[in-house]
Amino acid sequence: MPPISRGFRGKRRDAPADRVPPGQYVTPDFPVLSAGPTPRRPLDEWDFTIVGEVDELHRWTWEAFQALPRETVTADIHCVTRWSKLDTSWEGVSVDTLLDGVETEAEYATAFCDGGYTTNLPLEDLTGGKAWVAYTYDGEPLDPEHGGPARLLVPHLYFWKSAKWVRGLSLTATDEPGFWESNGYHLYGDPWREQRYWGD
Amino acid sequence: MAGAAVLGRLGWRTATIADVKPETPRVKTIVFDVAGWPGHRAGQHVDVRLTADDGYQAERSYSIAAPADGERVELTVENVDDGEVSPYLTEEARAGDELEIRGPVGGYFVWDADHPGRVLLVGGGSGIVPLMAMIRQRGQVPTTLLYSARTLEDVIYREELEHLQRDGLDVVLTLTRSQPEGWTGHSRRVDTDLLAEVAPPPDGRPVAFVCGPTPFVEAVALALVELGHDPGLVKTERFGPTGT
Amino acid sequence: MKAADLALDGNAAAGILHAVYGAEMTVAVGTCDACASAGPVGRVRLYRSAGLVLRCPHCDAVLMKIVTAGERVWIDSRGLRTLELAAG
Repeated sequence: MPPISRGFRGKRRDAPADRVPPGQYVTPDFPVLSAGPTPRRPLDEWDFTIVGEVDELHRWTWEAFQALPRETVTADIHCVTRWSKLDTSWEGVSVDTLLDGVETEAEYATAFCDGGYTTNLPLEDLTGGKAWVAYTYDGEPLDPEHGGPARLLVPHLYFWKSAKWVRGLSLTATDEPGFWESNGYHLYGDPWREQRYWGD
Repeated sequence: MAGAAVLGRLGWRTATIADVKPETPRVKTIVFDVAGWPGHRAGQHVDVRLTADDGYQAERSYSIAAPADGERVELTVENVDDGEVSPYLTEEARAGDELEIRGPVGGYFVWDADHPGRVLLVGGGSGIVPLMAMIRQRGQVPTTLLYSARTLEDVIYREELEHLQRDGLDVVLTLTRSQPEGWTGHSRRVDTDLLAEVAPPPDGRPVAFVCGPTPFVEAVALALVELGHDPGLVKTERFGPTGT
Repeated sequence: MKAADLALDGNAAAGILHAVYGAEMTVAVGTCDACASAGPVGRVRLYRSAGLVLRCPHCDAVLMKIVTAGERVWIDSRGLRTLELAAG
């Protein structure tokens, strides 16, 4: 048992238990955590594609993406590094909209991003109103440090699944471990079952 | 000497605070007693771990501020706005409190007094801390310190540096945000021109240690190489961003 | 705040690397598998997110990923072609 540091609490704030998954602490900040340098993708070079186990490649330029039906999302987000932020506000395109009309037998997807980051999810967790490609945070265009121009937003899973700088989804027959899932982080990542690491 | 391996598993040791000394309004030096401390070299740092009474833990790294002295370890900590650990260390912690320390670590950013040649130390903000450990054990080695701080009140170890300056340590300060009345020293960010003025000439092959926020370190290291210093003799340690 | 502002360097991983490898690793010389450049681990770019990511200072390729969970540590060092240490 390590020695207790008298009076130490960290930056934690109190919050209703039903909003905070086990082992998480609410923070007023929005910490910037990055696995690499912030990509600077100009909007005229940005596109979003759906590739892999699909009938044909589906692609949107930034203009076409902006023309898609836009949704406002308010969500609590939970980072595996233990901070949670409540009532975050986003705008973006529902993944249901993006997958509408996409023919596939795939059951999984890998999100791929500028900078090389990847994360894997079951298609079921990207559909049914559970996931978006978000380009606005708190009423402003999404800051590059937080994943702008656009990031994946999947609030019901740990936030490493909400891939920053997302550029598309590759649909796959099998669950392919992504950047963190291949090095210790849980393949699925449900914060309410505290699925942080392999074997949890 | 390069790559000397200290074998054995490195674990967490209990450290007890012996003293807390204010340095500037936002900075304190915390003196620890660490049973079994194996000693350390100037430039090394430690990982510090705090545990709350409900088991919550947080870890941060801090540079050691003073040369090895038995079981004593001195860390100088700046209170970072909205920090997780530094507000606790600088505002709450007092003599008798316990936490855990892992170290000493670092073999790349280290200076031993038996390094040949002149030494150039360039520090930005709290980057002065590991450089101070080097200064405090420099003996007779010709040493130049270029230290960038926001204001005179933010200069850590100011009195000690003034004494050391009278004793022959070459100290150049630059105050980048505001200067006291009558200030005749520098007031701009450390750039190639300032380094050209202050740094010992590269043909003497001085070793340089640069420490501070990442943008500071990168700009200074680049400038030193542009001035002709061997990149292999420019050692760098980047700290996380602090408030500007 | 620019991208570079978020990066530290290999010195910040000295503690965990020493705990895992049982040796001071910031002076070990790594060779990047992507671009073949080499240098001390203390000089690589380091990013902290869900884990530590050490990247090549020349080409930004991932050299190592380190994830810690209490007593467990996962290390992916596929991005390092070789690591050279001095024998103790």
